[in-house]
Amino acid sequence: MSDVTALTAKQAADAIAAGDLDATELFEAYRAKAAADELNAYTWVADEAPAPTAATAGPLAGVPLAVKDLFCTEGVPSQSGSKILEGYRPPYTASVVARLQAAGAPLLAKTNQDEFAMGSSNENSAYGPVLNPWDRTRVPGGSSGGSAAAVAGGSAPWALGTDTGGSIRQPAALTGIVGLKPTYGSVSRYGMIAFASSLDQAGPLTRDVTDAALLYGRMTGRDPMDSTSLQHPEEIVLPTAERLDGIRLGVPEAITGEGIEPGVFARFEETLKLAQELGATVQRVPLPHAEHGLSAYYVIAPAEASSNLARFDGVRYGLRVEAPDLLSMYTRTRHDGFGAEVKRRIMLGTYALSSGYYDAYYGKAQRVRTLIADDYKRAFASVDLVVTPTAPTVAFGLGAKTADPLEMYLNDLFTVPISLAGIPAISIPSGLSDDLPVGFQMAGPAFSENRILGAAYALERAIGFDATAGRV
Amino acid sequence: MSSVEYETVIGLEIHVQLATRTKMFCGCPLSFGDPPNTHTCPVCLALPGSLPVTNAEAIHYGLMMGMALGSELAPRSIFHRKNYFYPDSPKAYQISQYDEPLCLGGRLGDVRIHRVHLEEDAAKLVHVGASGRLHASDASIVDFNRGGTPLAEIVTEPDLRDATAAADWLRMLRSTLRVLGVSDVNMEEGSLRCDANISIRPAGTAELGTKTELKNMNSFRYIERGIRAEAARQEAILRAGGTVEQETLHFDPRTEAITSLRSKEDAHDYRYFPEPDLTPVAISQDMLDRARAALPELPLARAGRFERDLGLSDEAARLLAFRTELGDYYEAALGSGSGAEPQPLANWLGNELLSRLDADADPAQSQVTPAALAQLVALVGEKQVTQGGARQVLDKLVAEGGEPAAIVEAEGLGAVGGSDELAPIVEAALAANPDVAEKLRGGDMKPIGVIVGFVMKQTKGRADGGEITRLVRAQLGL
Repeated sequence: MSDVTALTAKQAADAIAAGDLDATELFEAYRAKAAADELNAYTWVADEAPAPTAATAGPLAGVPLAVKDLFCTEGVPSQSGSKILEGYRPPYTASVVARLQAAGAPLLAKTNQDEFAMGSSNENSAYGPVLNPWDRTRVPGGSSGGSAAAVAGGSAPWALGTDTGGSIRQPAALTGIVGLKPTYGSVSRYGMIAFASSLDQAGPLTRDVTDAALLYGRMTGRDPMDSTSLQHPEEIVLPTAERLDGIRLGVPEAITGEGIEPGVFARFEETLKLAQELGATVQRVPLPHAEHGLSAYYVIAPAEASSNLARFDGVRYGLRVEAPDLLSMYTRTRHDGFGAEVKRRIMLGTYALSSGYYDAYYGKAQRVRTLIADDYKRAFASVDLVVTPTAPTVAFGLGAKTADPLEMYLNDLFTVPISLAGIPAISIPSGLSDDLPVGFQMAGPAFSENRILGAAYALERAIGFDATAGRV
Repeated sequence: MSSVEYETVIGLEIHVQLATRTKMFCGCPLSFGDPPNTHTCPVCLALPGSLPVTNAEAIHYGLMMGMALGSELAPRSIFHRKNYFYPDSPKAYQISQYDEPLCLGGRLGDVRIHRVHLEEDAAKLVHVGASGRLHASDASIVDFNRGGTPLAEIVTEPDLRDATAAADWLRMLRSTLRVLGVSDVNMEEGSLRCDANISIRPAGTAELGTKTELKNMNSFRYIERGIRAEAARQEAILRAGGTVEQETLHFDPRTEAITSLRSKEDAHDYRYFPEPDLTPVAISQDMLDRARAALPELPLARAGRFERDLGLSDEAARLLAFRTELGDYYEAALGSGSGAEPQPLANWLGNELLSRLDADADPAQSQVTPAALAQLVALVGEKQVTQGGARQVLDKLVAEGGEPAAIVEAEGLGAVGGSDELAPIVEAALAANPDVAEKLRGGDMKPIGVIVGFVMKQTKGRADGGEITRLVRAQLGL
């Protein structure tokens, strides 16, 4: 076989199962590419291919997997993009990673990310920014920017990311790949270094929709180690439908083109037209509270983060900055160990939870969250999927938004309300604007991943996106 | 001012370690005294990425406690995060119930329960250095074995009025929890820990004074002494025209010194919010049914039954019911078929047998079987042995065990029964003391002790005092 890394994960798995491809050869091909990566997509790459085991006979057949840094992997650095966890090698492996390994996906590499998954550009990593393979002067999005750049650049067949407010979908959009943010609770969070517990959810970043379905199908399932995990009511199937007959797409009334780059909006409208040609209907849906999503998110997520990140004190693991007394050791460790954005959110969250402010901030944000979730429930009474551009822009230049956090936060305008509602959504590439990928986002009711993947598959075929310009 | 009488107002906060098999939020076994940090896992060490899972057995125990205390049970179990930064708390927050405790209200005896909620214990800090306390220690080391042990915090209303009542009530609570089987309730090992909220006010007034919180007194004696010392301290302040500051205090039982741990201004802002890693769990009818089915007879109910069905005095009934092992011993003795009467049996157990054993000893662990004690009490009841003789038999039983009847026989302690045997001795006594006999005949019964003493001496104490008196009266024609 000429270039085995040109195969999608599903194609590679089929070739291995048929005896046409050797799993170790595939691993070595990717390992070499990952080791030679110039995008700073990785924080760790495996030294050698794992010994062939019965796992390669599993449904994932030995196709290697890149995993976002924040998933704990036993004996392998798991630093969540932070200096405070520099060199931390956990004694256990995250449930979802263990599940995928058992299904036959060996660990290829750990991928770079925004520190503690806080960011939309991957510029908040303590291990340096990740470059977008389509244009190395631009960001790949974040926080799963390393996973997105790895898959888009072709140095990994597929990758795990996490999405708290858009951290799978937005980088997938900015790098021209597929990213699925599953229903909250459908994938175990055990072993995922937490950012915002009520929002964090693991999902696949893949080259196409079929790969997303294949990987997600092996990720989901109730885990006794995660009380918030749920059994998916349906078996995840590989999509086959080529038409969208009878599918009702809803476009939020607030999507008018305003605040969206013209090229991005043009691709969005073209994709809607294409969907109609495939048999879908398009209508407007009111989501009256979605506009408050970003505000609510930037109360809830930092509040939870301020509590989740309090454990990093230099005592038991990770960075310790020595000092003459305990309090100074704590403060110096946290001063040196956390980056600016993480500190900003710890401050925001601590304030929002403080006595006397709880009701005005955290309590109110939770009420907004409930209203947003109710908005979507109402919308899904009249449409099957709610569609938007994934992000209002294409990939922006390195450093373009780092001076203005609010500008950066606005890149998650269309992804955050869906995260607050806990419902699944996918981003698929819908074409280019200024030679850069544009993402199309589809959200459905809780546990409607099969519906979402099915529609995404039909659209993907019709769009015929050419990802080769992104390959390294 | 100095004529004002003050009364103490006390509310208790009791932390009880639940005797579940595993910790509150992970699968590590509970332990006491094992080598440090041998019962830990990613969850109770708060390693990054780990998540808590609620222990269903702890909820079950919580429901049992709520039922035993007559609390209103919450429709769901929900936990919050209580954020605080301290080396004994590896997550930097404690998972605890906050505005929806599992059990609300209730009562035990005369004291109302405010609430009972579930939470997790902190790790144990060992302060290395001469003092053994945080201050002036060289270093503090952490043992995470205890971290994550399930705790129930029981908070009372301020219904107690003095130190002795507080300690007595705590004993009642302890025996209730012990009977429930939800905790080892061992104060020395820390499975039962008590803080007291103390204030004083002019007797007869309704308004509560400023309270202080006295932390972590680890024995009933310290609780009594601590509360007394703090009430006295507050009274001295008020009598001197000062005001009591709201603060948290430490009582040193060695020196009786009370020192401040933190003032109101230092109070933490715990930034409570609902624990997002746990979903609220609805309390199902099945969970309630199982908790109710697991409820044993509780000490107060048992005391009531002893009074009502057996006619025991209030004091005896409470002693036997609140010390479970005594109640069990008593009921075993009563059921042994000896024919012993309930109240005398209770007296012999509570007064005679216990005074011959170590304090707080379980009589079931002694040489005296319940059946033996019951047989002895029955022999006394049948006047086959006198009280004095029976005490000697009991001494023997405590020392060596055995059968009371056999000991009576072997030691010749059988009562000199019936008038046939006693009458000649009484007659001899009267003959030997004519002046006494004369006084008695004249209606002055005071010197009868001389006659009783004479007879007792002759019979080596085996005669019954009442029987002697009866024979004296008969022989003198009174």
